[in-house]
This record gives sequence, structure tokens and C-alpha cells, in this order.
Amino acid sequence: MAFAAFGTATEAASHTPLRRSWVALALAGPGLAYLALFFLTPFVSLIITSLQVPVEFGDVGQYQAGFAVENYAIVVEAYWPQFLRAFGYAFAATVAALLISYPLAYFIGVTARKWPMIQALTLTFVIAPFFISFLLRTLAWKQLLSDDTPLVQFLKTIAVLPPDGHLVGTPFAVIFGLTYNFIPFMTLPIYTTLERLDTRYLEAGSDLYASPATTFWKVTLPLSLPGIVSGTLLTFIPAAGDFVNASSTFLGSSQTSMIGNVIESNFLVLQNYPAAAALSVILMGVILLLVGVYVRRAGTEELL
Amino acid sequence: MSRFSLGKWLLPVYVVLALIFILTPIAYTIVFSFNASVKTNIVWNGFTLNNWTTVCNAQGLCEAFGNSIVLGLTSTLFATVLGTLLALALGRYKFRGRGATSLLLFLPMATPEVVLGAGLAAQFLAVRVEKGFWTLVIAHTLFCLSFVVVTVKARVASLDPALEEAGRDLYGSPGQVFFRVTLPLLMPGIVAAALLSFALSFDDFIISRFNNGPFVTFPIWIYTAAARGIPAEANVIASAVFILAIVVVVAAQLTSAARAKRRGHTG
Repeated sequence: MAFAAFGTATEAASHTPLRRSWVALALAGPGLAYLALFFLTPFVSLIITSLQVPVEFGDVGQYQAGFAVENYAIVVEAYWPQFLRAFGYAFAATVAALLISYPLAYFIGVTARKWPMIQALTLTFVIAPFFISFLLRTLAWKQLLSDDTPLVQFLKTIAVLPPDGHLVGTPFAVIFGLTYNFIPFMTLPIYTTLERLDTRYLEAGSDLYASPATTFWKVTLPLSLPGIVSGTLLTFIPAAGDFVNASSTFLGSSQTSMIGNVIESNFLVLQNYPAAAALSVILMGVILLLVGVYVRRAGTEELL
Repeated sequence: MSRFSLGKWLLPVYVVLALIFILTPIAYTIVFSFNASVKTNIVWNGFTLNNWTTVCNAQGLCEAFGNSIVLGLTSTLFATVLGTLLALALGRYKFRGRGATSLLLFLPMATPEVVLGAGLAAQFLAVRVEKGFWTLVIAHTLFCLSFVVVTVKARVASLDPALEEAGRDLYGSPGQVFFRVTLPLLMPGIVAAALLSFALSFDDFIISRFNNGPFVTFPIWIYTAAARGIPAEANVIASAVFILAIVVVVAAQLTSAARAKRRGHTG
């Protein structure tokens, strides 16, 4: 399964690599050149763009080279709520996706081992959302959560929602959409670590009179940590930059704009390239910082 | 003991509920591809096959679908070739800059798509490149590349070097050894990587949104249509792609299960 590769592929160090470095460089050269040209250089472009100043008496979208460091202060001042929302929503969606996905991954990776057909079938269902358009499945939720559906009526009946309440357009709907869309990314890496879990460790736990809960906390959970770290990263990073779920055409409203929405509208609609670039640089910086701290705290540096 | 049997049932029941949750919007999308909708496809108006038979009636939809296929195939080709070579270098050789190469491959996966998209768009703007098909190929190849390397590298790591040695002992030239021994052994990994690339490219919206110019892909078409209501024909295309993909996945699982069984019998 291709998805087994998601982050958890451990390097088999059994075969000592050969040392003919010119062959290696010839193999890696084209790919490295590609990454240098289309990954590293765009970052430099982003930084240069973020410091540009408007052309005097120029049209909308016309900028010239500059060193306007204040662009950063301006965008933080203007858009800090959207930054907080992006990280807050992404964090909530990551936690929700982890809670939903872990038991699912445990079932596929451990419980269903005895029945390969059920295992394969469940796994196929979990990755099924990959095969239907991301935008259409999000729009499907918009319809399913809209005001006159049975679910919303039910929530109003039990007074969870006020009579004039809505789901679509609220932070709840955005976090819901993010959670749904990233469940496969969370489940697969956890599944791949649990699938390799030696169940004799669990038997050892119960032989030593540990309760099932203790065995879970002390044995299963620590052993599946690399999968949890990969899954949470594969959810949190794209969720923090997403602008589809929070857009008012989809599950959000103007009250739920995330930083991705701001970057999109500044770049593509307002043609305020320096602002969009400065926001992108800040978003990338914060994410690298968070990922670095998180990976170190979890003790899984080798994943990088 | 009663707690134990409750625990035994709790997980399967939970899994069934979770799967219903996961499949609900997919079922909704497929069901509404059969809706006899008028203008917008929101209210159920009765069953019809018309959307399936006249799918190209929605303006620009089939063209956008074709564009996505061509874009997916082109990007997959570039990403698979570049990525397989990188995976061989990383999986086989120690060379100066190996650590830096791994980091450089990890970073695109740790970068939010909106930043990748805006970065490339800023770059194209700076060098005054017109956005269109080729800027999308560049963008899609970029985000597929890292996934190809990760997938193929896992396969390279599991390769037994004795097989290649045997090839050399039998006087195979380096080219022969590569094309007759190494490449066939890597094929399952390469095919999996190519399928993953195609799926990622086909469904990409965020990076495409920044770099498409006048070139309309299937997701871009949906995004534009969403403002005024998605026609049922879009559900038809998405449903057809979904059904095809599921058939491919199930077929792959069945053949690998059959192969495992055969191996089990002979070994």
C-alpha cells in the first residue's frame, strides 16, 4: 500500500550503502536541481516580495524592490485574529482527528489481523475520501449540515442549538470539516505503526497483572508514538494553511477566516503581493518552529 | 468478565459508526449525481440517469476533467522519474550532502500548500512567466516528488543486494543489471508512487489556485462553479472517478492477497 509510506517508513540500515558518490550525485542531481529551482528559489522570491514597496503612482499590483520590513508589522497588526484562528482551528481538528482515528487504526492494525478481508475492506473505506473530490465532499457536508436537515432539526429539538441557530458558517463547522478531511492522514500512519506492533508485548503486560488500561498507556501508546507524531503533523500543517473549509462558499463565513483565506485574497484578488508574501513567510516560520519543538519533545527526531 | 465482552463489542461498533461517518458525504455525492435537479443540485427532485448520459452538457466541465488527466499524467511522469533516481541515491549511496538532501525532501511535506503555492506564484511573477499548463506541471511535480521518494525509498531499502551481485557475477553490464534486475524489483514501489502522485495531482486545489492562470482543472472548475451552485454533472464525474479508483484498489488488494497465499503454499 502506497500509504504505508506516510512518514513512518523506517530506514533499513542492514545493507551498508556503497560509497561511489559520483554515481549518487548523478542520480540525485536532477531532483536536487529541481528542488533548488522550484522550492528554495520560490522561498527567496517570497522574502524579496514581502519587502517590496508600491510603485509610486503605479497601478494596483505594481510593486518594486524595497526593504519594507514594516510590511511584517502591518500584516501581523491587521491579521493576528486570522493567525490565531488558523492555529486554533488546526489544533482542535488535529485533536479531534486523533481521537476519532486512533481506535480506527487500532482496529485495522491489531484487532482485525485475524481477518485479512475485513482488515483490507476497512482500510479501503478509511482511504475512500481520497478518491472523491476534496471540494465536493466538503460541499456535501455543507448540504448535510445546512439548516433544514434532520441533524440540525434534532440539535434544535434537544436544545443544543437555539431555534434560530446555524451550523454552517460557524467555527464548529470549519473544525468539523477540517477534522473530516484529515482523518485518513491521521489514521494511516498510526495504522502502519500498530500493524507492526508485536502483540506478545501486550500479553506480557497482562501476564504481569497490568490492567488493559495500564497496558494500553504503558505499552501500546508509546509504541505507536511515531505514527501519532506523523499523523498529527500530516493533519496540523495542511489544516493550518487550509482556506477551503473556512471559506464562506464552503463551511465558513467571514467570521471564520483563517490565515490561508487572507493569503489567498491578498495574492489573487487584491494583488497585494507583499502582504501575501509576508504572511506566507510568517506562517512557514511559525510552523517550522512548532514542528521542531514538537518533534523534539516527542523524541522522534529520526522521523525527519 | 462482562466488562471484557463489552470491550470486545465496543470497538467494532465504534468502527462501523466511524465508517458510516467517513462514507456519508461520499454517498451523498454519488446519490446526488442521479438527482433530476433544476439549476442547482441541492434539493432531491427524483431519480434520473440524464446527468450521466449528458455529462458534458455542463459548460467546460469535460474540458476541465481532461485537463486534470493530462496534467496528472505529465506531473506524475516527471515526479516518478526524478523521485525514483533520488530514492536510489538516498537508499543506496553514502554521499556528501545526503542529510541535506533528506531535509530538502522533507521540507516540501512540512510546508503548508498555501505557502508552496504563493511561493511559486511569486517566483513566476518575478521572472514574468505566464501562468498556465506548464506552471501547474512544475507545481504538481514539486509536491508529488517528496511522496515518490518516500514510497520508492522504502522499496529500495528492502531490496536484497545479493540479487544485483548475482547479475554482475553473470557478466551483466551495469546497464543490464539495472534494467533487468534492479528496476523490475523496484516496480511495485514505483507503480504505487505513480498512483499516489496521480491521485495527489488530480485532486489538488490549493496550489493550483495560485498557479493555474487561464488553465482550468477539475477542482478549479468546481471552485468557480461553487459560488453559483454545483451542477449534478460534476457529481457524475467525481462519482465515476471514485468508483474506478475503488475498483483499482480492491483489485490490487485481491491480487496481493492471492500472491501472498500462493507464496504461503510454496514456501
